[in-house]
Amino acid sequence: MDQPEDNEYWDIEIKPTNNLLDLKLKDTWHYRDLLMLMVRRDFVSFYKQTILGPIWFFVQPIITIVFYTLVFGNLAGISTDGVHKPLFYLAGTILWSYFSDCLTKTSTVFRDGAGLMGKVYFPRLIMPLSIVASNLIRFGVQIMLFIGFMIFYGITDGHMPINLYALLFPLLILLIAAQGLGLGMIISAVTTKYRDLAFIISFAVPLLMYATTVIYPLSTAQQKFPKYSWIIKFNPVTPVIETFRYGFLGKGSFSWGLLGYCSFITAILLFAGIIIFNKVEKTFVDTV
Amino acid sequence: MSKVIKVENLSKAYQLGDFGTGTITRDFERFWARVRGKEDPFLKIGETNDRTTKGESDVVWSLKDINFEIEQGDAVGIIGRNGAGKSTLLKILSRVTSPTTGSIKVKGRIASLLEVGTGFHPELTGRENIFLNGAILGMRKAEIKRKFDEIVDFSGVERYIDTPVKRYSSGMYVRLAFAVAAHLESEILIVDEVLAVGDAEFQRKCLGKMGDVSKGEGRTVLFVSHNMTAIIKLCSKAMLLQQGELLDYRNVKSIIETYLASNTKNGFFSTSDKDSFFRNIVLLNDRLQERSTFFFNENINVDFELEVIEPIIGLTLSIIIKDQHENPVSSSHFLIDISSNKTLKIRSCIPANFTLPGNYMLEAVLHIPNVRFIQQLPFDLNFTIEDSGSIHSSYLESNLGSIALPILWEQTAW
Repeated sequence: MDQPEDNEYWDIEIKPTNNLLDLKLKDTWHYRDLLMLMVRRDFVSFYKQTILGPIWFFVQPIITIVFYTLVFGNLAGISTDGVHKPLFYLAGTILWSYFSDCLTKTSTVFRDGAGLMGKVYFPRLIMPLSIVASNLIRFGVQIMLFIGFMIFYGITDGHMPINLYALLFPLLILLIAAQGLGLGMIISAVTTKYRDLAFIISFAVPLLMYATTVIYPLSTAQQKFPKYSWIIKFNPVTPVIETFRYGFLGKGSFSWGLLGYCSFITAILLFAGIIIFNKVEKTFVDTV
Repeated sequence: MSKVIKVENLSKAYQLGDFGTGTITRDFERFWARVRGKEDPFLKIGETNDRTTKGESDVVWSLKDINFEIEQGDAVGIIGRNGAGKSTLLKILSRVTSPTTGSIKVKGRIASLLEVGTGFHPELTGRENIFLNGAILGMRKAEIKRKFDEIVDFSGVERYIDTPVKRYSSGMYVRLAFAVAAHLESEILIVDEVLAVGDAEFQRKCLGKMGDVSKGEGRTVLFVSHNMTAIIKLCSKAMLLQQGELLDYRNVKSIIETYLASNTKNGFFSTSDKDSFFRNIVLLNDRLQERSTFFFNENINVDFELEVIEPIIGLTLSIIIKDQHENPVSSSHFLIDISSNKTLKIRSCIPANFTLPGNYMLEAVLHIPNVRFIQQLPFDLNFTIEDSGSIHSSYLESNLGSIALPILWEQTAW
């Protein structure tokens, strides 16, 4: 009698451990509406009860580039490869802040979402994905600012440096989002039990910016530190920023090899991130 | 009927204590044991989950080797004292956390109401929160849209639907949250103590809705509550958990009886704790014999021995008699004369022929009314009234209350 029951079909099986390579992407896809609503929630709650509303998205990058222009451009006199300083810094900052926002927010996702995730089940991957998507909106708004600056300088200079390589833009967004997401998920998984890494992240991410070509071009770094510039070059965020500048501003170091290397590293980061995240997600409620 | 849930050898271990510098070495040991294919050295099965005694290991088994099957359309109550593992079981069933060993197989979607209103964002309006909360619970957007009017109608907060929920009263908040969850289309519904909130009318509405869900729509309901009346009303079967083990799984009435019987050990109270005002409490019958079972036509004498360190003006001893479902039946209050000794002996007498046959609990509290709470007896004393052949005995099966008031009847001839 009991024998045929073993072949019965069950929708859900809850077991202590799952297959490592089971990424639960199908389940996540089913919850795509939740992702959209969470992004909406983040966006709406960001400017609720403010007067300026979404304009606040512009304030941070504008103030940042004013200071960068003053300090790094004028005071320290770091070269910007002949590009207008505000435009050069803006390109670097918005890409970098997108990466660092994704990374830092994702790395605390278990701690921040413990209240919600300790009560209801939904594919946990939705949480980091919603962070990346929410920040993408902010990023999109800031890109408009960048395009505005670009058109302004294009008119005053009389020519637009934008070229065919700007078509790589979607790939660049994908890469930088995946880097922030992947790295963030790896860190988030480790910090559920031991929070030490969270302290490192809080000061290491701002410092990491100086190892990325945000406030200087790769060419200058290679000139001044020929021995150590490989660190900057192989930092996977650098090729993204350099390619972006190359496509939109006409200056920067671009090579298909470097971009290929960057894509490879990103894929590994993302894949490892999802696997580790899925493994920890099952019991993090007990330890976080 | 087909099975919808099958639980096999389910166990869940929790680690006690803090995670800190010390625990990382242990993590390495566990990792090393796993690499060599040995058993996890810190998960020794065997110790029971008794929070009152200190165990040897710092791993506690919140659930131990649970096996059961639930059939479609069953409404199953889960009963047990605090710490019996009820919530852990529901958490695993609703996939919030994973079991340590064993497996659960489920047919259909599971929706859990572990805490209503999770995921409500205070800044968003009621309308926005319905969508967000519905999506968190697993509904598609189109599904929520279809049921939107029904949800708003059930919650009764239509007027506030475009106001941020942070301006809601807590009652409205709960109503809206429950309404969303109750309209979830799932084959299995898991409910944990949600009825503790909301007013009586809304509680009735919720119970009714849950009854519809299980009886009308043929969905399976798992229900945790300390409210036995609600469990009897809603569930056909029940399982009794004790210290992480499944004691019994049968029809609801016999399970509740077993559960209540397991509680009736506490017929007296005695302590030598110097901080306790209550020292000894015993229940005595008319011949001053210590008892926990009394006949209907017997007085119940409750003897208190209290130790009052300093005289407190207005010190009052209150007793509350509760029925087996913990609903208060009656109460009485006594202003203590503190001029006398430090050790006080007080006797209260619950007169005969008042409390109808059944199981009761006696709660005792020391306080200064409306000023200060001083001490409550750490557990309720239990006593049983046995029928002594009164006229009430013929009505015992029909629930006609717990107290026999000395109601006067008169018949006059025309």
